[in-house]
Amino acid sequence: MNIVALSGSNVGTKTKIAIDYAVDKLKETEENQQMVTLDLSAYDIQFSDGRNYLDYKGDTAYVAKTIMEADVIIIGTPIFQASIPASLKNIFDLLPTDGLRDKIVSMIVTAGSQRHYLVAEMQLKPILNYMKAHVVENYVFIEEKDYHMKEIINDDVFLRIDRLLEDTFTLSEVYQDVQKKKDAAYGF
Amino acid sequence: MEQYRINKDAGLEFGIYSLGDHLANPNNGKRISASQRLHEIITFAQLADQAGLDFFSVGESHQPYFTTQAHAVVLGAIAQATRNIKIGSSSTIISTSDPVRVYENFATLDLISQGRTEIIAGRASRVGLFDLLGYNLNDYEALFEEKFELLLKINKQKIINWEGQFRPPLQNAEVLPRPLNHTLPIWRAVGGHSASAIKAGRQGVPMFLAHLGGPVTTFKQTIDAYREAASESGHDPEQLPVATAGFFYAAETSQQALKDLYPHINEGMKKTNGQGFPKQHFAQGIERHNVMNIGSPQQIIEKILYQHEMFNHQRYIAQIDFGGMPFDQLQRNIDIIGSEILPAIRKYTRKNDN
Repeated sequence: MNIVALSGSNVGTKTKIAIDYAVDKLKETEENQQMVTLDLSAYDIQFSDGRNYLDYKGDTAYVAKTIMEADVIIIGTPIFQASIPASLKNIFDLLPTDGLRDKIVSMIVTAGSQRHYLVAEMQLKPILNYMKAHVVENYVFIEEKDYHMKEIINDDVFLRIDRLLEDTFTLSEVYQDVQKKKDAAYGF
Repeated sequence: MEQYRINKDAGLEFGIYSLGDHLANPNNGKRISASQRLHEIITFAQLADQAGLDFFSVGESHQPYFTTQAHAVVLGAIAQATRNIKIGSSSTIISTSDPVRVYENFATLDLISQGRTEIIAGRASRVGLFDLLGYNLNDYEALFEEKFELLLKINKQKIINWEGQFRPPLQNAEVLPRPLNHTLPIWRAVGGHSASAIKAGRQGVPMFLAHLGGPVTTFKQTIDAYREAASESGHDPEQLPVATAGFFYAAETSQQALKDLYPHINEGMKKTNGQGFPKQHFAQGIERHNVMNIGSPQQIIEKILYQHEMFNHQRYIAQIDFGGMPFDQLQRNIDIIGSEILPAIRKYTRKNDN
């Protein structure tokens, strides 16, 4: 199974810190899986112009292909101006309209204020559903006050991320089992 | 319709198209050589000709896993190897070609084939050829519109005076040779988007509509939009042929057809398009409501007749050879088309019998 942890901002550190924790945790619990972290601040990615994702070059092609090859995607996103950052939206724009078909996607959201709690619900989930992902319904919402000096200081955040990962892989297993049965039933 | 060499009274035309893909057979992982693939495409056209099919076309794709980039050259061999079947491109990427050279090639093909050649001009779904051939992707739309207009103009006028953005001007230029019967049928390839179909309608040019799969009524809306736009722009839709193009596979039973075809489509699309074909969607390919023509011969006849009832189109062309399909299976399909499907389609869509 291919797992991709996507840190969706090209600035700041909080989302990256939360994603790094999730990846470390996954390395303990999902030892035998292929795991890739995509930190968008580390790549030079062009804006989408609507071409087939295979036709991009350089970092843009690498990031798009890596996501397309994933079975499970853990998206980390900050909230800017009551929305997801442009860098993350651009990633979705690079992919085919049903580019997340058969993929399990879960979300870790970092924000400066509680007022942003519903942004992922109202803005990120509809995109993921439109692109045909199987979305893990609950997400982890982390606030400014949960961090101090580039570290997570709220124990509850660790526990919630752990549970999110568990839910993500439970859902993944369920879908894989069901899919296997369905595919066999088609008989081709 | 006559200027597009379509005889409405003869019923729905049936043809074959190949994208010229060069992929491994997913069942054994083996890929034939490029030379063998080209020869098989030529033989495929010969078989289609012998079975009485109406049309055979080859497309150009400038990317890995394809082998008919020089599609006009391949069509030259096909023109020589066949006798009655109409031939054409599906499609010629006019955006990245010089319309003068394209016209010279296809007019020559028309003379070699004794008046059997057509052009279907398209915009390309993949864009690697812009870099390869030295064009700017930002001009994607403008390149197509300008060059397609020029191609149409060359077809209409023997002496050309023309000025544009993407090619040096033409002053009293004579584009030679001329086709056997003065003009070539030139179609606009449309990828399923209504906006593109509307443009074809406004221009008053025949439309070639590609469909991978999906509900029949969705494509009907595109065709209706095309005819409406043609009518609004002062063209008579009754005089404008419509063709549709999509996946086809016939076997004894629909289940066998799905089984034979699926790995080729799924694996082939992963390589050429970056995504496989979801099984759930593919399984619906045998349903009457789905535009893919997969199933038993009788089911396919019913599907095509239903599509004809909805579209009132003049030509259907089938893609059978995608994804490393073994040649004997192509042969079997041509046999089925020639002996069972084509006679039935003609019987039910011919004017006299209606």
